[in-house]
Amino acid sequence: MTEPKKGRSGASFLNDVRVRGIIAQIVVLGLFVGLIGYLVSNTIHNLEVRQIATGLGFLSREAGFDVSESVIPYSPADTFGRVILVGLLNTLKVAVFGVLIATVLGTVVGVSRLSSNWLVARLATVYVEGLRNIPLLLQLFFWYALITVSLPNPRQAHKLAEGWFLSNRGFKFPWPVWEHGHTLGAIGLLVAVAAIYLLGRRASRVQAETGRRPNVLIPGLAALIGLPTIGWLLGGAPTAFDVPALTGFNFSGGALVSPEFAALLLGLSLYTSSFIAEIVRGGIIAVPWGQTEAAVALGLRRGMVVRLILLPQALRVVIPPLTSQYLNLVKNSSLAVAIGYPDLVGTANTTINQTGQAVEGVAIIMLAYLTVSLTISGFMNWYNGYISLRGGR
Amino acid sequence: MSTEYKPHPEDALSHVEEPATVYPVNPPTKSLDLLGWARSNLFGSIPNTILTLVALFLLVETLPPLINWAFISSVWSSATPDACRADGVGACWAVVQNKYRFILFGLYPYEEQWRPVVSTLLYIFAVAVSCNPRFWSRRLLVVWAVVVFGSGILMWGGILGLPYVENEKWGGLPLTLMLSVLGIALAFPLGILAALGRRSDLPVIRSVSVVYIELVRGVPLISVLFMASVMIPLFLPEGVTINKLLRAFIGIVLFTGAYIAEAVRGGLQALPRGQYEAADALGLGYWQKTRLIILPQAIRLVIPPLVNQFISMFKDTSLVFIVGLFDLLNTVKTALTDPLWRPYYVEAYVFTALIYFLFCYFMARYSQYLERHLNTGVRR
Repeated sequence: MTEPKKGRSGASFLNDVRVRGIIAQIVVLGLFVGLIGYLVSNTIHNLEVRQIATGLGFLSREAGFDVSESVIPYSPADTFGRVILVGLLNTLKVAVFGVLIATVLGTVVGVSRLSSNWLVARLATVYVEGLRNIPLLLQLFFWYALITVSLPNPRQAHKLAEGWFLSNRGFKFPWPVWEHGHTLGAIGLLVAVAAIYLLGRRASRVQAETGRRPNVLIPGLAALIGLPTIGWLLGGAPTAFDVPALTGFNFSGGALVSPEFAALLLGLSLYTSSFIAEIVRGGIIAVPWGQTEAAVALGLRRGMVVRLILLPQALRVVIPPLTSQYLNLVKNSSLAVAIGYPDLVGTANTTINQTGQAVEGVAIIMLAYLTVSLTISGFMNWYNGYISLRGGR
Repeated sequence: MSTEYKPHPEDALSHVEEPATVYPVNPPTKSLDLLGWARSNLFGSIPNTILTLVALFLLVETLPPLINWAFISSVWSSATPDACRADGVGACWAVVQNKYRFILFGLYPYEEQWRPVVSTLLYIFAVAVSCNPRFWSRRLLVVWAVVVFGSGILMWGGILGLPYVENEKWGGLPLTLMLSVLGIALAFPLGILAALGRRSDLPVIRSVSVVYIELVRGVPLISVLFMASVMIPLFLPEGVTINKLLRAFIGIVLFTGAYIAEAVRGGLQALPRGQYEAADALGLGYWQKTRLIILPQAIRLVIPPLVNQFISMFKDTSLVFIVGLFDLLNTVKTALTDPLWRPYYVEAYVFTALIYFLFCYFMARYSQYLERHLNTGVRR
């Protein structure tokens, strides 16, 4: 055997992997920068030709168009910046409710699919297969049409109780006239939630030290009911309700769940719940069968096995795919634009049409969704680290 | 002579009486008759019985009226909606009978609609052939080339005596199929490149890939479609225009490419390190290694997630509705703007939903079959 030659062989330096890597990177970077530069120069030229202004100055101009619903006060005299904020808040509103409902529904259906009850398992399968194999947009159109075409107009509205009306203009219900007492009550509620959290932590610590868990349920319930009531009483115990009443062709007063919001929430929650159900089912299957057997051997009842043994362990498997479903739900809420719910895409789209500043508008949409997505995945990653097994790996 | 008695071992045992005890026999675990089955699966315990009864109650409440509405008292055929307006009439399937040509083919000229029929069949045939692992070879590419080229000729026309039909008039099921099949065909190489780029050692290439993948995955498809339809005209030099269909198509390809990249990356990461090292040891270059060793194994691992990606893409093509293309969803929506048939939207939506459902359900079952067949289901 001969010693391999030290130093450079006769081959060209082009055969050196490192040199080739650097050359490849320079080529890619050059192409990338060149492409971006070409597109940007075209865009600038086109914008000049079409006499479209650039920059974010339009955000402080008057919007001049109304939106059908808003979480914060809004009038057409407000700025484009505010109307986009209104859209973002509407997106967040439907996303928060949607995530909550989809999680609960999905967990119930996912557990049901594994039920020993044949009928329940079959029904859950039909639910999952039916919902996830039909495009969400089609489902949204269906729910929206169901509400706006099939429900009666306000004059013939279904009256569920005094002041509770269901019509093709949405669902109207009484809402307390907001006063000082309600603010104090809300503060009481927040304090109660914080107190329950602290109570729970203390209970866990005591349990870890003494092996006996102090009762949290009764003091917790007392705080949950008592503190808001005290706040409400301190504020003068206001009892005035704004009750919807039929005036002319529509209702006035009270709170409203609009048909657009209802259809979007229903469609998003049902569609996403069918995916979450499959994730939950997969997570439960992933827990070894021995865990169930051991739990049964300890004498736990069926419900307790699910609640105390299966779900906590399944949660570890479930969280990462669940996160991407939450992200999907937030992104899918942009389909609102198809049924006229004023979400972020809807309001930004109107803004683009009014100002012609498409580049900035699309950039704002993307930036907003990126921020929301990164926030959710950041939170879920933290939660994933929080519940995952510590040590051992 | 006394012979010594040697007890035979078996004799000794034969004097021992068989114990008269009866061994406990386990009861049969499964009873095959209907009653036993129902007892164990439906009425096993009190909560189980309650659940069954609730489910049965729901079924009895909803199923008979539903069957009555859909099949028994429904109107199957009528040229006008008058027959559907009578009292007690259920589903008005006549809306499908009157509108199915528009729902399926959109604005395509009525007398020429055999052409989209044939190209739809061509696409379905090609997909069906591709589904069978036995046919996975280079010749499949030839089949696809013939199908894409042939259906292009059929849809556009302009030669062979076929009248020319511009692609603004394409619509319905063929458009949905073409967008999703061609979309995935182009998004696939893009996704592989992005996945390889993300795993690359070269920082520039890696950052370009990461930015592309994460940016696209962080935003909704609608905003990508908006961007494609609003910004692509701005990106192009003055005087150059590309039509709506192509713009939406570019948006879909860019969007799907990022998701495919993540699926493929899963496969790349799942490959044992030894495969990379062995390829290096053989002296293969990067592209040889990737093409001959890495990708064939990595892609095999991620075929089920890729099929799932195809399913969601098939459903997502319905979003091109937002930028004004006449896909299957937009045609049914447009068909329902006819005030005569507007009240029978449920039937029309059910019809369209069934089409989507059949395609997606078939593909989902196919993905499960593949997972068993390729035995990759345990992975990841």
